[in-house]
Amino acid sequence: MSTIFLLAILLMGFVITFQIAKASEYVGILKGEKRNNEQNNRINGFLMIVFLVLGLIGVYWCNELFKGKILGKAASDHGEKIDSMLYITIAITGVVFVITQVLLFWFAYKYQHSEKRKSFYFPHNNKLEVIWTVVPAIALTVLVGFGLMYWYQITGDAPKDALQVEVTGKQFNWIFRYPGKDGIFGKKYYRDIDDAKNNSLGLIFDDPNTHDDIVLGQTLYLPVNQPVKMIIGSRDVIHDVGIVAFRMKMDAVPGTPTTMWFTPKYTTDEMKKMTGNPDFEYEISCDQMCGKGHYSMKGIVKVVTAEEYILWRAKQKPLYATIMENEAAPAPAAVADSAKKAVVNPEGDAKLVAAGK
Amino acid sequence: MSTDLSIHGAGEAVVTHDTHNGHHEEHHHKETFITKYVFSQDHKMICKQFLITGMIWAILGGLMSVLFRLQLGYPDSTFPWLEDFLGHWAKGGKLSPEAYYALVTMHGTVLVFFVLTGGLSGTFANFLIPLQVGARDMASPFLNMLSYWFFWMASVVILCSLFLETGPAAGGWTVYPPLSALGDASIGSKAGMDFWITGMALFVVSSLLGGLNYITTILNMRTKGMSMTRLPLTIWALFFTAILGVLSFPVLLSGLILLLFDRHVGTSFYLSDIFISSTQKALPNEGGSPILFQHLFWFLGHPEVYIIILPAMGLVSEVMSINARKPIFGYMAMVGSIFAITVLAFLVWAHHMFVTGLNPLLGSVFVLLTLLIAVPSAIKVFNWLTTLWRGNIRLTPAMLFAIGFVSMFISGGLTGIFLGNSTLDIHLHDSYFVIAHFHIVMGVSAFMGMFCGVYHWFPKMYGRYMNNTMAYIHFWVTFIGAYLIFWPMHYEGLAGMPRRYVEYQGWSSFNQFGDLNRFISTVAMVVFGVQLMFVFNFFYSIFKGRKVTTQNPWGANTLEWTTPIRPGHGNWTGEIPEVHRWAYDYGKDGKEFIPQTEPLGSDEQHH
Repeated sequence: MSTIFLLAILLMGFVITFQIAKASEYVGILKGEKRNNEQNNRINGFLMIVFLVLGLIGVYWCNELFKGKILGKAASDHGEKIDSMLYITIAITGVVFVITQVLLFWFAYKYQHSEKRKSFYFPHNNKLEVIWTVVPAIALTVLVGFGLMYWYQITGDAPKDALQVEVTGKQFNWIFRYPGKDGIFGKKYYRDIDDAKNNSLGLIFDDPNTHDDIVLGQTLYLPVNQPVKMIIGSRDVIHDVGIVAFRMKMDAVPGTPTTMWFTPKYTTDEMKKMTGNPDFEYEISCDQMCGKGHYSMKGIVKVVTAEEYILWRAKQKPLYATIMENEAAPAPAAVADSAKKAVVNPEGDAKLVAAGK
Repeated sequence: MSTDLSIHGAGEAVVTHDTHNGHHEEHHHKETFITKYVFSQDHKMICKQFLITGMIWAILGGLMSVLFRLQLGYPDSTFPWLEDFLGHWAKGGKLSPEAYYALVTMHGTVLVFFVLTGGLSGTFANFLIPLQVGARDMASPFLNMLSYWFFWMASVVILCSLFLETGPAAGGWTVYPPLSALGDASIGSKAGMDFWITGMALFVVSSLLGGLNYITTILNMRTKGMSMTRLPLTIWALFFTAILGVLSFPVLLSGLILLLFDRHVGTSFYLSDIFISSTQKALPNEGGSPILFQHLFWFLGHPEVYIIILPAMGLVSEVMSINARKPIFGYMAMVGSIFAITVLAFLVWAHHMFVTGLNPLLGSVFVLLTLLIAVPSAIKVFNWLTTLWRGNIRLTPAMLFAIGFVSMFISGGLTGIFLGNSTLDIHLHDSYFVIAHFHIVMGVSAFMGMFCGVYHWFPKMYGRYMNNTMAYIHFWVTFIGAYLIFWPMHYEGLAGMPRRYVEYQGWSSFNQFGDLNRFISTVAMVVFGVQLMFVFNFFYSIFKGRKVTTQNPWGANTLEWTTPIRPGHGNWTGEIPEVHRWAYDYGKDGKEFIPQTEPLGSDEQHH
């Protein structure tokens, strides 16, 4: 009922606008084209200036309104570089934005049609044109210079002591793998993937290097202040590992591993305090359209102190060991139970993956 | 009707430009309804066909955005009428994720290709090229007709895909494989994707037939005296647009054919190492690269955005000069910058792929080339500003849209400098910042250019004016509304809010914008409503608009205003006029305007 009512109101509004528009056309004819045009010019010229003033105030107001909601503190070294680049770019483009928009609307207002004015025949001027070719070129050189400097720092090789973690995307969650004590990721092959048997990455257990690999779902643990290198892949379609607080993003492409590295600067707990948000988490969002569950493909990164990390690592059981245990006592009901438990127990994460949660 | 209108030829020795002159001169051949309105070979009728088809698509595409903006703005509400309308795609009055993704995908496809390429280029290239270069029709009117009908067939195929049981394509308008290649990975990649590929293939054919015709006509069929440097900027812009299209659309087609093979023939161009969760099956494909598709796609995809924006730039340059009563500032620089943009357009595609694992060195080359585009763009903006400076500006609706275009182009162009910088792209990639950027710089700007063109040339198309009051309301609501919709999205993007999400409540990083999303959705609906008013104004004015009584209502210099008020097939009743000067002698020597057909005075220099 309310929908029909709303439609009726809209229709009424439209009919009224239309009648006014029609009437004003007749009035315009009566007044004569010239006077009518003059009036239109005056009104629209005035609106141009109003728009400019209100627009600039609006931009300022918007900035104030959203200040606290957008760029929280960058929580990685790379993130800080990206933020500096952002501020340099905002400064340069901001100046250009204000100057050009002011000129545009000011000219539109100032030089509106008048019988007294004659337009100035000014077809070209080489000096002016050279100026506005060269000045933007210089500004852009500055931007390219800074941009590429940061770009090479960010995409350069990870330090030798970087912690290696493998991140694999699948519809619609993330799987993480640590190389275990030997520091080597064991071999895997996608045709060996068997979710029913917990082998969500297709590890080849004939390769002894796989035996100590730790496979987890849902939450990734990282020690603070230690460079971490992510080796990123996908099991099915293209995904993208995006972590806003680190300002990091990298596609997960099936068949072609990609990498990104960074150093987390604050633990999750520190960030909770710094942001004043008790619910703060480092969230991994999928930033490449990957199907119907794309919007819910979330992972968590827990950044902890070095000590906490060592303790946590000590508690993790390699996937190989878990699977061997399961095979020794095959009880499907038990798997389901442990999967439920896994929600509260990080040790069971591997099983959670197996259950396809 | 108008033998007295051929004033321009008086007193000169007119040398006939003889391309099928005799045939059309008296314009007596019989026309039936079918040959006049349906399978017409008259470029002016084909223009109207493109325009009206484009408008229908724009309404559908806009409506799709209203539907998914409802979901984004009011994620907790249900709208029972949605279920009546969309059936099981909106059970309980709430869009399903599948429906949401189908809508965003089709919104993008429709607006980018069917409205802003077909609708914009198709309309104005067809209308203005023969009229402004002084030709009776296109080089091949028959191919021109085919171009429209391929466009029509493409439209029908895409329209049909909306009604498939498994829905239309739903992997984003960029249709990246593997998602778009695997029906098991996404319901939209079933039959919908085949329809999408077929529709796009037909569209490419249409675009090529049209483009070749435009290029040929501009190069070969200019009237006597119309040297390339006397062409109006509209023609230059449409010329380079056609070249871009002819060189880049075939690459898209080849990419899509490979995709079709991967889908149905078992090839592995784009597929490798895939295990499908929903079926628990590993696919046999190994060794392909999904990134290859992105290269092929963006080799068209990037020129495509210039295919969209260049015609708008041309229309705006022309309308701005006419209504400022002043020559366009720096004509040769304007042509040069369009040329530079055209060349650079082919060299920047990988800036869409900075975070795909691209070699950082390659990335840095693309950063450099991408930011280079800002130079010709800056030249254009400053030249437009100088065109306004010390003019005598008539703020007609077309002129308002031209000014609005420049404002939008500045705003959107500047954010391009953020995204073209790979360092910033790491953070901003696929966020709302990207949405804000391209909607402003190629969506809204191109629409501004298109409206500018429609309001300005409507009197030439239909011999009547559109209603001014509605036009002014249309401009101000659209202009203000577009800023209100897209400006705040930059902030969401800076916060890293990813695009193509159905809802954000589950995310502590992105859920702070609920109110803002609601605001944006509300404004979007208002703006959409006002576009409907424009459509009404358009059709109403075709039949009931104020009649045009003078041959050259805007006091313009170009040739289309030397034709009769309602030109027949063949455009000019007498000889095609000869051209003696460039198109921008406004305010010269104390004269308000000097048409191109007027011979040079004894003291004037050749331009």
